[in-house]
Amino acid sequence: MIELTDVHKSFGTAEVLRGVSAEIRRGEVVCIIGPSGSGKSTILRCINGLESYDGGTITIDGVRVDRASRDITSIRTQIAMVFQRFNLFPHRTALENVIEGPIYVKGIKREEAVPRAIELLSRVGLSGKANAYPAELSGGQMQRVAIARALAMQPKAILFDEPTSSLDPELVGEVLAVMRQLAEDGMTMLVVTHEIRFAQEVADRVLFLDHGKILEEGAARAVLTRPQHARTQEFLRRVLTPI
Amino acid sequence: MAKFLADAREFLPILLQGVWLTIVVTVCSLILSTLLGMVWALMRVSRLTALQRLSAAIVNGIRGIPIIVQLFYIYFVMPELGVTLTALQAAIIGLGIAYSAYQAENFRAGIEAIDNGQVEASESIGMSWALMMRRVILPQAVKIILPPYGNIMIMMLKDSSQASTITVAELTMQGQLVASSTFKYTSVLTMVAILYLVMSVPLILFVGWLERRMQQAKK
Repeated sequence: MIELTDVHKSFGTAEVLRGVSAEIRRGEVVCIIGPSGSGKSTILRCINGLESYDGGTITIDGVRVDRASRDITSIRTQIAMVFQRFNLFPHRTALENVIEGPIYVKGIKREEAVPRAIELLSRVGLSGKANAYPAELSGGQMQRVAIARALAMQPKAILFDEPTSSLDPELVGEVLAVMRQLAEDGMTMLVVTHEIRFAQEVADRVLFLDHGKILEEGAARAVLTRPQHARTQEFLRRVLTPI
Repeated sequence: MAKFLADAREFLPILLQGVWLTIVVTVCSLILSTLLGMVWALMRVSRLTALQRLSAAIVNGIRGIPIIVQLFYIYFVMPELGVTLTALQAAIIGLGIAYSAYQAENFRAGIEAIDNGQVEASESIGMSWALMMRRVILPQAVKIILPPYGNIMIMMLKDSSQASTITVAELTMQGQLVASSTFKYTSVLTMVAILYLVMSVPLILFVGWLERRMQQAKK
């Protein structure tokens, strides 16, 4: 469904992606792990057209992703994104954040969008917070609203860009629980994360990225418990036993 | 003091005529400068390099020429090009254009202060640039833009006196005429100053109130 073929991307002289090829199939949960600056987030941003890429191709169900083309908005309505810093609209309530896209981008009537948004908010455990503004919510609650906002677009897939990295440790669980539920419901998910345990339990496949290249990929359990590549072994050792 | 009050009673009606024109010039050029300033600002933050450059050139051009020269140009030079305007029209257009540059810079600063994450969130749900501006960026930017906007209003009120240089009989000009024909400079010009204060102090208080409100909103 999402296909990357030999994708290259540079910021100035720094080459961030150096020939990344990968395929994410429908219903699959794929986690991207790797050290900071390895290009993990850039991959997601290129898939959603938030960044352009310099070489190779990215296609979604056969349609090429091109930031400069007119089709990009229609691609973006099919591929939702959840950000590390939530990026909720601060001047709108939780409910308004969720209905914004359906009403103003997809043209769905308010009478239809609101009940669906309320249902989505209860699905992420926030039915009581529909009228709260983002400033009144905790980080975990904000991220769950952001997930509801992504789901409201009825996307084919959701890209998660380090969704728990800016949360207090005790709030990480509630967001991961929602994501786990989504995975069980069959949502196609591409997740950049440092949560190795989450990857192990929820992901079908794991990609290990280093210096803009996929060094190792395979079934989650295999890559995470028996990594083949020395760099992957070293990375996992450092992440799992930091002290 | 008694003399001043007697003069005030005598000259106030004629000065109030000037007050009316001052208000007309200020309000109309405020509206024009806001509209033009918004156009320049949106051009500047658009994604088309040609529009960005054009906007920067216009804003810098306007900022680099004194208001009084712009007024003279519109009032005295435009007729030679076949565009004849009344003094009032020329004053409103001149001040409106001159101030559009400051409005544009204020709007641009407000828009650019919005976190880039808002742009990305809007794009990621498929919003077009125009929809994002209308629904996400501008509603948030207003809070940043408003306090400086109030200051621009005060400056425009005072700079509307420059319209007197192209014969608009606003407050300053009326005061000058009355004073020079009666030689009562002290009482007349004191009254003119007081009338400007009466108009600008409410605006100053309003700006202060806005700033306090925005400060609270941040907390």
